[in-house]
Amino acid sequence: MTADAAAGRSAASRTGAAALEFRGVTKRYGRGEQAHGAVNDLSFEIPSGAICVLVGPSGCGKTTSLKMVNRLIEPTAGEILLDGVNVLTEDVTALRRRIGYVIQQVGLFPHLTVGRNVAVVPALVGWSKGRQLARADELLSLVGLDPASYRNRYPYQLSGGERQRVGVARALAADPPLMLMDEPFAAVDPIVRERLQDEFLRLQRDLAKTILFVTHDIDEAIKMGDFVAVMEEGGRLAQFGPPDEILAHPASDFVARFVGADRGLKRLSLVTIADLELAPLPASARAGLPTFTPSTKLRDALSVLLAADSRGGIALDEEGQPCGFVTVDAIASALADDRQPTATRPGGATTTGVSAAAGDAKVTAAGGDS
Amino acid sequence: MDLIGATAAWLSDPAHWQGANGIPSRLLEHLALSGVSLLLAALVALPLGLWIGHSGRFSWLVVTSANAWRALPSFAVIGLLVPFTTVLDANLGFTLYPTLVAMIVLAGPPILVNAYQGIADVDADLVEAARAMGMKERQILVGVEIPIALPVLATGIRSAAVQVIATATLGAAFGFGGLGRFIVLGDANQDNGELFGGVVLVAALALTTLALFLVLERRLVSAGLARRAAG
Amino acid sequence: MNGEPLIRWDWLFAHLGPIADRVGQHLYLAAIAVSVGFAISFVLAAISIRRRKLYPFVTVLATAAYTIPSFAMFAALVAITGLSVFTAEIPLVLYTIVLFVPNIVAGFDSVPWDVLDAADGMGYTRGQRWWRVELPLAVPLVVAGLRLASVSTIGLVTVSAILGDSFGGLGYYILDGYHRHFTTEILVGGLLSIGLAVIADLGFVLLQRLLTPWAARRTVGG
Repeated sequence: MTADAAAGRSAASRTGAAALEFRGVTKRYGRGEQAHGAVNDLSFEIPSGAICVLVGPSGCGKTTSLKMVNRLIEPTAGEILLDGVNVLTEDVTALRRRIGYVIQQVGLFPHLTVGRNVAVVPALVGWSKGRQLARADELLSLVGLDPASYRNRYPYQLSGGERQRVGVARALAADPPLMLMDEPFAAVDPIVRERLQDEFLRLQRDLAKTILFVTHDIDEAIKMGDFVAVMEEGGRLAQFGPPDEILAHPASDFVARFVGADRGLKRLSLVTIADLELAPLPASARAGLPTFTPSTKLRDALSVLLAADSRGGIALDEEGQPCGFVTVDAIASALADDRQPTATRPGGATTTGVSAAAGDAKVTAAGGDS
Repeated sequence: MDLIGATAAWLSDPAHWQGANGIPSRLLEHLALSGVSLLLAALVALPLGLWIGHSGRFSWLVVTSANAWRALPSFAVIGLLVPFTTVLDANLGFTLYPTLVAMIVLAGPPILVNAYQGIADVDADLVEAARAMGMKERQILVGVEIPIALPVLATGIRSAAVQVIATATLGAAFGFGGLGRFIVLGDANQDNGELFGGVVLVAALALTTLALFLVLERRLVSAGLARRAAG
Repeated sequence: MNGEPLIRWDWLFAHLGPIADRVGQHLYLAAIAVSVGFAISFVLAAISIRRRKLYPFVTVLATAAYTIPSFAMFAALVAITGLSVFTAEIPLVLYTIVLFVPNIVAGFDSVPWDVLDAADGMGYTRGQRWWRVELPLAVPLVVAGLRLASVSTIGLVTVSAILGDSFGGLGYYILDGYHRHFTTEILVGGLLSIGLAVIADLGFVLLQRLLTPWAARRTVGG
């Protein structure tokens, strides 16, 4: 996947993405008797260009861990290595200017225009005014905001979703090799959130940044992460791995409970029709059966089949031609432990034909792609 | 009313516009004293307020004592200083220093308290975001906290300025000149024209200062803060 | 003042009586101004809250009135209404109104609307809601206004000494001592009036603490 990411890197991201490693990182508050560990011996590695999601219940130390990377919080023990260099040895200001930081409340400076907000870090590192302006415009377009109409607006004039986009643009401005994101999409409503997630994943396909992402929402973790690190109370790492592995093989009762009893179904949302082995089309009974496009998630396909109380459905190819038959049994067996699905998430590099409104299964009796 | 006529007559008399006791020179005296005391007060109160607002240290101590100073009646302060400042300098210590010091004491607290409160009220998330982007402490204070706190800061300075201009008139009872001198003389000589003339002049000066500050604030405060309630 | 001891204790002890009288006069003048001012302010504030449109008008008037120096106002009023306690009280009352009205309005404004909503929902009548919910919650800012106005009035009473020897409370000693180059007298007048102001300030701070046991934090400055 890293190779894919490298191949897809656009001109918007010229610097390489950094690899991030946590080695025995611990954060303790208080002294002696009062000491309690917010983070305990956290160790894992993220390859460059990947998104790693830290997920867990409140108080599990995920935000603390994130903040130790850019040293807003200093670790008590352990090392955090950015491309092999311990962040604790670097000048903290220089370090922070190399790391993008996006938070839930966004933190846009109310006294600066959107354009000036985006250009904050470039201004700090000394880019010329012209270069700052050009970069701000470039990034606003990238996050889907028309520069001409947004660059001179003030934060109070923007909606929640717009502010989040500006926040992302601002974090990307100096082209940092690493991005830290702390529940960035939590403060908007679910519809806006889904759109932001999809657009961000699309952006990531182009930019291939290394991203450490914190959320309390397991579904978001599975959707966004190339790797998921589940943390439990006490700041310990409960499990680390690709999302499908966490779902298929939870390492402990806690992880199993945290991902939810419906983890089987959740796994199905990681796979699409395109990755399923299709049965040949039956000769009879074609009219009125549900149809699925290659990008339809198995979970949604299953839901449709169950609701329609149908034997199966027709899988269409990219041209809309029927190419196979989908049954409930076939979907169920995709869940079987010995079967590892090849795609890790919708919108991932190996699936084709991802539509602009990624994630919705447009299923109609008459077929057709959206 | 006869008073209005008398006042108008006094104000329009050209003789009152020249000489050491004339309107321009008294006006200048008044402005100079107000300006200098405001400046000196700001020199101490502003940095102190900004610093304790940003760092959060000693805030209770400093603010409580600032509020204590606020309670002091200026009339008493001026009067009390006279015997002591005349020891330092028989001339200026009698005419200038008491009023000057009292005005500095008057201007300090509003500037300090507003500077502290303004900075302290800046959203902690914004400060953290700034820090996370790699701003140094001083850059955060100057580039983020002060611009956002500007409305509250400006209110403090404006409030101090108007109070000083109005209260400096008390100095006239204790040997200082300024516009208060007309009120004192008018009262002593039963000259209502002069008395009310002085009143009009002081009120005009105070209101003009108020207006000037408001215009300045409009210009300096970022348009992006327009929607937010100050303080 | 050269060659004289700083404090003439004999004078002080000889005049304890008159000094006490002056303190009493000082407090008396201040108390009248604050209570009358408060009463009037309450009415004005109630009107301002009912008729919001009038409020900016009231604020502008108040600010304008405050910029007229007390000194000037005392002197000016003598010319109009003559020399009397009434004359002295007018500016004092006016200045308290200027300070009270914004604080009272802000006090009632500060009651969160969801609290009022809940009160209505629980079946309070308008009157009960005002007495049991709005008033107690408005108290902090109202007391802050009382504190400000009282301290300010005590200061202004000293200024009224310019009206004449029988006025000004302790301010009389300040002015008289100044004219006679009599340091002891200045010290008595000045320190005592400062003392009164500080005691009043602290007193109201204490009152505020007592009346609002639910307040977790105090705002700075009041």
